[in-house]
Amino acid sequence: MIHIEADVAIVGGGLIGCATAYYLRKRGRSVVLLERGFVGAQSSGVNFGSLRLQGHHLPELPLALRSQTLWEGLEAELGESVEFAQQGHVHVAMSEDHVDITRRFAAAAHPLGLSVTLLDRQETLRRWPFLTPDVQGASWSARDAVANPRLATPAFARAALGLGAAIHEETEVTEISHSAGCFTLRTATRLTVTASNLVNTAGVWGGAIARRFNEPVPIFPAGPVEIITEPVTAFAAPVMHVVDGSILFRQTNRGNILFAGHPRITVDADSRRTRVPPAKMVTNMARLATLVPHLRHLHVIRTWTGIEGYVPDMTPIVGGSETTPGLFHGFACSGHGLQVGPALATILTELIVDGGTQTPIAALSIGRFQKQVPPDPASLRQEFHDDVLQQKPTT
Amino acid sequence: MKRIVIVGAGPAGIAAAAALAPSTAEITLIDEASRPGGQIHRTPAPGLALDMRRLLADGHTAYEKFHATIASLHNRIQFQPETLAWNIHGGEAHLATATSLASIRYDTLILATGATDRVMPVPGWTLPGVFTLGAAQVLLKSQGCLLGDNVVFCGSSPLLYLAALQYLRIGGRVAAVIDSTRFTAKLRALPGLAAAPGLLAKGISYMTHLQRAGVPIIHGARVASINGRDRVETLTYRTVGGVHHHIVCDAVAYGHGLRSETQLAELAGSTLRYDPVFRQYVPAIDASGRAGYAIYLAGDGCRIGGAEAAVLSGSIVGQAVATDLDLKTPGTTAPRKLRRLYRFQRAMATAFAWPQEAAGTLADDLIVCRCENVTAGDIRQSLHLPIGVTELNRVKAATRCGMGRCQGRVCGLAAAELTASIRGRANAPLDRLRMQPPVKPLPIALAGSET
Repeated sequence: MIHIEADVAIVGGGLIGCATAYYLRKRGRSVVLLERGFVGAQSSGVNFGSLRLQGHHLPELPLALRSQTLWEGLEAELGESVEFAQQGHVHVAMSEDHVDITRRFAAAAHPLGLSVTLLDRQETLRRWPFLTPDVQGASWSARDAVANPRLATPAFARAALGLGAAIHEETEVTEISHSAGCFTLRTATRLTVTASNLVNTAGVWGGAIARRFNEPVPIFPAGPVEIITEPVTAFAAPVMHVVDGSILFRQTNRGNILFAGHPRITVDADSRRTRVPPAKMVTNMARLATLVPHLRHLHVIRTWTGIEGYVPDMTPIVGGSETTPGLFHGFACSGHGLQVGPALATILTELIVDGGTQTPIAALSIGRFQKQVPPDPASLRQEFHDDVLQQKPTT
Repeated sequence: MKRIVIVGAGPAGIAAAAALAPSTAEITLIDEASRPGGQIHRTPAPGLALDMRRLLADGHTAYEKFHATIASLHNRIQFQPETLAWNIHGGEAHLATATSLASIRYDTLILATGATDRVMPVPGWTLPGVFTLGAAQVLLKSQGCLLGDNVVFCGSSPLLYLAALQYLRIGGRVAAVIDSTRFTAKLRALPGLAAAPGLLAKGISYMTHLQRAGVPIIHGARVASINGRDRVETLTYRTVGGVHHHIVCDAVAYGHGLRSETQLAELAGSTLRYDPVFRQYVPAIDASGRAGYAIYLAGDGCRIGGAEAAVLSGSIVGQAVATDLDLKTPGTTAPRKLRRLYRFQRAMATAFAWPQEAAGTLADDLIVCRCENVTAGDIRQSLHLPIGVTELNRVKAATRCGMGRCQGRVCGLAAAELTASIRGRANAPLDRLRMQPPVKPLPIALAGSET
């Protein structure tokens, strides 16, 4: 048996787990991170790579802005490329309704510190002439960016390792006990860990850890549909995103067109292997060809999805446990964990080291599920395929 | 009526169709090519007068018999040529033609997807003028084209001698045949090869014919590099004694035997198992080719066995399907001969060895993944990172190796060998790149054309 004692044990080596390990080490806490598979190999590593502020849920916007500041300095901080590129995002309006949505968002975001430029149809087509002439207008946010998710989480893990964090891959936690202010974690290998703080960053599987500590959450798995073409000559710098999320695309550094589109699909959180259904793939191919007609000449070479954890209010669960002192949650990022991840990790670090944070996080608390009226499921229909919403929550 | 969908109109697919033809089932046969034949019985393009009797010589009897079988099935099966099966999902095969997408529901799916060349990268392997042995044969049989005026056949494959001999028969010039397996290794494989004495005799006669025609055959020599500025100009090989030789040539046909095309089987949900002789994951099947509920596999797509074994396994699968669907068909095929043929092919894997040990010595600047220009050095560097990259799929995530147009079908096995050698695990089961649809590039323009 190998036994490790640390100030903090982190379960789950996705972006938030690895980033929390890194920030905690910077603050001098001893850290052990346990990951069942490989760091950044689940939803942290296979998402679209969007660092989008525009269209963000407004109460979360201060958090998102804080995270964007971290992203802007991340490559210098970690000393590795994560293919961060701040080329902006365009929200493309295909109807008058969409135009209204962009107008309302721009007006509401301005006082919170995000500048969004509204463009009419003519200006939209002048800037991006490859778009279908059916566009009605657009909004442009220069601070929106992209990063390569394949690279970001391992970069955080290596930086944490460099600062002395213990990171154990292929180490599945099988049992967590808590007594006398101390957490004991048993694993499927010969390793056991004791720590006075426990951080739950286990993504959709974090629901089981919360349940273990008697604070169940209505979390369910779903996946984005990611489709990529062969590489072609660069033609589109910003991310192009139809306002309702039905189709969005970006061109990677390498030149491939990566595209995605709501609604999200059912994925298998138990097997941890999952694929995009062909009908969904074909639907999104047709939508892409409608938005940018010349892309019909390209070929799709690969599709994939990931296993993300969602809660009905589409807001991450971040903060201290309401049942167990010393336990902190950072999961259920509901499809936008890449962008908010660095800020969530910083906040978790502040909560553990300083006992509090300046960033308002009351809306993210795990206790909200005890009080809150769940949102009308109809409001989620645009976000998810019907079969996702018909799943029984894994509480 | 039960609907049986067969993917692959080569020897295995056609044998399965022939075995099921007397039943009442509806049979649909899907193939990417415009005419049935697979790789071995590929026909010349329409309008091309190619003397197949001369090209195939002793292989012509099997070729004629195969195409006679197809002619007899003509009214019995629905043949969908020029159709790519790009995914298997939800009890349906998803298909693409040049102009439309379609899906076809099946009660039973038979996958006879065949094999492609296995290639170990060598300096210069991405130069124009370098082809796989399989590609050389496709060009010859379907287009009557030679790769060049003076071609080196090299690597390690039973196809080496056959492909070179076919070149001679059609009037091509063969600069040399360079076989990287030592002659003594071939002798050691003889007891296993004796499992199929007819095939062994054929192989020996190919060598004899080449020698008689004055083609230099070099055993146990490694291709050190293929050289040229804009295309192939010379080839350098190194003999067992370490001496380097240079040959002037204008094209190279290169390969190290075959690898099963398992992507559709993986998408269909079959379990993959590691085969330590062929050093590849292949779908698990029972003695009758059953690979899971309603899924059957035949031919080289699940076990490298050659054309004769493909025919037998196709017949056996056809009969197993008939039994499982309670269809009345005549005929039984004894699996004993099939087992012998597989034994022969496993011995062939020794007689024509895949140079697994070469993977560890690939130079840092050598391209392993030619779609994404990922070098052996990139792969080494990724595996030497302190965390995050410990197996092949993580190598892919870190380097893009296997992320291009071919999705690792060309580089996957070499990258797996290189990864294993860097990790010091060359004797353990190799890693495997996981498959995602589509199995081959799918045109976006086809979306909206669903029929």
